[in-house]
Amino acid sequence: MKDIRDGATMMVASFGGPGGAPSQLLVALRDQGAKNLTIISNSVGMYGFDPEPGVPKTATALSFPNVTMLVENGQVSKAIASFPVSPSSSRPTAFEKLYLEGKAELEVVPQGTLAERIRAGGAGIGGFFTRTGVGTRMAVGKEHRVIDGEEYIFEKPLRADFALIRALRADTYGNLIYNMTSRHFNPIMATAANVTIVEVDEIVEPGGLDSEAIVTPGVFVKRIVKRTREGDQ
Amino acid sequence: MKARLERTTMALRVAKEFQDGDIVNLGIGIPTLASDFVPEGRTVLFHTENGAIGFGPLASDPAEYDINLINAGGQFITLMPGISFFDSALSFAIVRGGHLDVAVLGGLQVSERGDLANWLNPRRGVGNVGGGMDIAVGAKRLIVVMEHTTKEGEPKILRECTYELTAKECVDLIVTDLAVIDVTKDGLVLKEIAPGYTVEEVQAVTEPKLIVATDIREIEL
Repeated sequence: MKDIRDGATMMVASFGGPGGAPSQLLVALRDQGAKNLTIISNSVGMYGFDPEPGVPKTATALSFPNVTMLVENGQVSKAIASFPVSPSSSRPTAFEKLYLEGKAELEVVPQGTLAERIRAGGAGIGGFFTRTGVGTRMAVGKEHRVIDGEEYIFEKPLRADFALIRALRADTYGNLIYNMTSRHFNPIMATAANVTIVEVDEIVEPGGLDSEAIVTPGVFVKRIVKRTREGDQ
Repeated sequence: MKARLERTTMALRVAKEFQDGDIVNLGIGIPTLASDFVPEGRTVLFHTENGAIGFGPLASDPAEYDINLINAGGQFITLMPGISFFDSALSFAIVRGGHLDVAVLGGLQVSERGDLANWLNPRRGVGNVGGGMDIAVGAKRLIVVMEHTTKEGEPKILRECTYELTAKECVDLIVTDLAVIDVTKDGLVLKEIAPGYTVEEVQAVTEPKLIVATDIREIEL
């Protein structure tokens, strides 16, 4: 993580809960201290770290290191996300407060458009036309085109300096497999950054993964970090 | 007896719309409750934006909770034979590509032409758009389930939405705690009505003029 500089653009995989989130890499990024970061992520941090009393009924109520930690540490100046704020206005996230105080920029992107912009960024595609957002504030200032009688808007690709992702298992070539619904943004973010760093539960020798089951080929992965504390979220 | 429908009753009415073999996406809130009420004899496969089709019921026992097996609302789900997992880009290829038979979303406002506003409450000023815009344009059939009026008693079915839109002309059916309303080219057709309510009472809390179906009946559950 040493070469993450101030002002870097970071893709961070997340989907609400701790599943598929590179939480140990985020702790390392906090300790490393790079500032003025742009975060590209589905959500921009959860409420905080206080676990709810009793057994949480949803994964989103679980406590785990997430982007909120970076926001509270003064490292985030911009976010591109589809779930930028808490579901409840009575429990705002650190990022929401920062944004409403005018101290951070925010670009809200429909989730499917976010995913496809990342996919396009990783695939060398210069953008795409989508019906998503036509006639809404998402279409303002964007090129419109009628294709086969339907109206579309143009969306540009997204790339990052670094992607922090999470997988279940890697081999030493960087081939990755994931764990059920914890796949989400991980495989596409892996393709769309100059440097992709993956946090995994286990590293095996080549041949240790079923080649037919590999989701991310190692060509996309620059660094593999094995999680250190067993049982930690 | 005259009573507005409970949330679970609205979900039960929504689930009656699911046909055998449908791929269905349910939004957060009342829509999610509909998964418990799939009619007997019909098999429905549920899609979730975070990347699965064909999952089982919500996990009921905390011992089953697995952070790697959740729906888009963060609820713990269960495995079912035939479940498949995929990434977010593929998940939204399914959504935008017209591969969802039915989607059920909540709503803040729906217009006479079926425009939907459901992601940004202007009083808050910032909102989570999530996958709603993609689902609204991509699903073959979109059902919106919501209370008929706001907490202050104001209509949520309007001639024009005043809140930020999710998508234009996307809603096919509106299920509320007072009525079931079809969105058609000619306007909103009132098909079913909550027990004990009259057409006039429903019209009084609905801004656009409702077309009363010739076979209007009490909401069937």
